[in-house]
Amino acid sequence: MKFFTTRAGTWTGFGAAALVLFGLAPLLLSGFRLGLLAQFLCYAIVAVGIGLAWGRGGMLTLGQGVFFGMGAYLMAMHLKMADAEFRGGPGAVPDFMELAGIRELPAYWAPFASPAFTIAAILVLPTAFAVLLGLAVFKRRVKGAYFAILSQALAGAFAILLIGQQSLGGFNGLSRFRYFFGYNLDDPVNQQMLYFIVAGVLLAVVAVSLQLRRSRYGELLVAVRDAEERVRFLGYDAANVKVVAYAVAALFASVAGAVFVPIVGIISPASIGIVPSIMFILGVAIGGRASLVGPVVGALAVAWAQTALSEQFPSAWTYAQGLMFILVIALLPGGIASTAAVLKRIPTKRATVEATT
Amino acid sequence: MSIALSCKNIEVSFDGFKAVAGVDLDLSRGEVHFLIGPNGAGKTTLVDAITGLAAYTGSVVKDGEELRGRKVHHIARRGIGRTFQTATVFENLTVAQNLDIAAGAGRSPWTLLRRRRHLPQNVVDTMERIGLADRADTPAGVLAHGQKQWLEIGMLLVGDADVLLLDEPIAGMGHDERETTGRLLHDIAVDRAVAVVEHDMDFMRAFASRVTVLHAGAVLATGSVDEVSGDPRVQEVYLGTAKESADAATA
Ligand SMILES: Nc1ncnc2c1ncn2[C@@H]1O[C@H](COP(=O)(O)OP(=O)(O)OP(=O)(O)O)[C@@H](O)[C@H]1O
Ligand SMILES: [Mg+2]
Repeated sequence: MKFFTTRAGTWTGFGAAALVLFGLAPLLLSGFRLGLLAQFLCYAIVAVGIGLAWGRGGMLTLGQGVFFGMGAYLMAMHLKMADAEFRGGPGAVPDFMELAGIRELPAYWAPFASPAFTIAAILVLPTAFAVLLGLAVFKRRVKGAYFAILSQALAGAFAILLIGQQSLGGFNGLSRFRYFFGYNLDDPVNQQMLYFIVAGVLLAVVAVSLQLRRSRYGELLVAVRDAEERVRFLGYDAANVKVVAYAVAALFASVAGAVFVPIVGIISPASIGIVPSIMFILGVAIGGRASLVGPVVGALAVAWAQTALSEQFPSAWTYAQGLMFILVIALLPGGIASTAAVLKRIPTKRATVEATT
Repeated sequence: MSIALSCKNIEVSFDGFKAVAGVDLDLSRGEVHFLIGPNGAGKTTLVDAITGLAAYTGSVVKDGEELRGRKVHHIARRGIGRTFQTATVFENLTVAQNLDIAAGAGRSPWTLLRRRRHLPQNVVDTMERIGLADRADTPAGVLAHGQKQWLEIGMLLVGDADVLLLDEPIAGMGHDERETTGRLLHDIAVDRAVAVVEHDMDFMRAFASRVTVLHAGAVLATGSVDEVSGDPRVQEVYLGTAKESADAATA
């Protein structure tokens, strides 16, 4: 394991991941399965952010659905605008609005006709929201379970808010996208392209997370997680340290939501509320929140298990989910990523017993 | 000898109960100034007030600047460092990382976002000074109790604190470690003001340049070790109780 902390080890790790994602997976998987994997990779991107904010920063972000949802809806609005323009020319109203009887395009939709504006909004809006929210919350020293409950409540409230917005598709959300920046989404080649995009984004996000963890900031973040008060007495504003990790996690979630939309073809309040937010956390907990790749592995495992199980036994999934959670918490509190360390500890325990007797 | 920190009429109350009731205290550079007093006298609360953790009335002035109402991290940036009654270090980080963080409160975001290529010189020097040079890469969590307390002091030194408030820095230390710590305190007090909250009377007699006795939130006496231990009120209130508990221990 030491090897992977060296420079050569890092490149080897990224090289191997790139080989699997860009070489093996497209070769071995059918178009349908590759699409599923692309969807799972979106969850993995969210998970990397949670690993940073929760695993390293100690902030139990139970409401990442909010940021995932923001990114997703911002992208979906652009896709709907582009489709409408393709059918009816500039200023045309998206199809779902026509069905709902909305004749006039709401003013806040208009800028989303621009791809550049949309991409900027996806990168900036959720991040800025996270900074403001983080400052408000962390400066007041809200932490632990209070922070977790607050962020979860936010996810619930956001989903309810969206259900009430007819101009955002209400309960049904936004769906039936035809083009992604001019590329037809029905074309298998373009679908594969989307897979490559999301795989690239995942690698980039892991690289950013790695750099943050190895930087002085990463050490400071761990210090804040373990003894926030002490950090203050050393002259740091601990709230700012937390805000950075929280905002980065929000940015990751937003980007994940944005690529999720063209891949899955629908975004609705059901995919961003409390239940999906818990799913995100579950994957990270199972994979190992404090490690770099643990959250990725956990997110993929949970998403895969959910798909596999709910295909065969739709009602069993909820129980399986609970069972996985309990098993990991009881046997592997550090998640799958800590398996090696736990196994290593067993013989040493025996050795120390021998040494003392 | 210059006064580094001057406290005037500090009062801290918790729901009407005055834990600190009008304390005046001057800390001078070049002195190891002991704060003693029975349990509950208000020693820790006074340190909490100075460092911005507890709200108070009165005034704390350092080098001409009023500190009351400033935030904890602002006060720390003004060069006032403290340790805690129970040693608080970053257990999951190494000795070197602990010190590097303590040395870096003024770092720019750009420096923070990059990797540490090598340790700053003051971190290396301080590890030598606190006797932890060979433990640079040891996680602080596995250090012995006394070593953690030295690390805490080291963290204040690299952070350029020139007023150090140490809450029971030798609790749980053996005889030799106490001696080492006492010498270290005098060594660092050469160009700093050091205040030490302590219960250990032998340690106080051996290493105090000046002593302030607190009782029930107020200053009972202040002066040299001899002046203070000759004060009848101190003998009655504080040393009397110390004697009783010493008698109880030998009985
Ligand atoms: N947060 C608080 N709320 C209410 N009362 C408090 C609080 N902190 C301290 N006190 C009370 O204030 C008084 C002074 O406490 P403090 O901890 O300052 O004493 P001390 O001199 O440090 O004692 P010790 O030698 O036992 O550490 C005590 O009576 C204590 O119970
Ligand atoms: Mg105390």
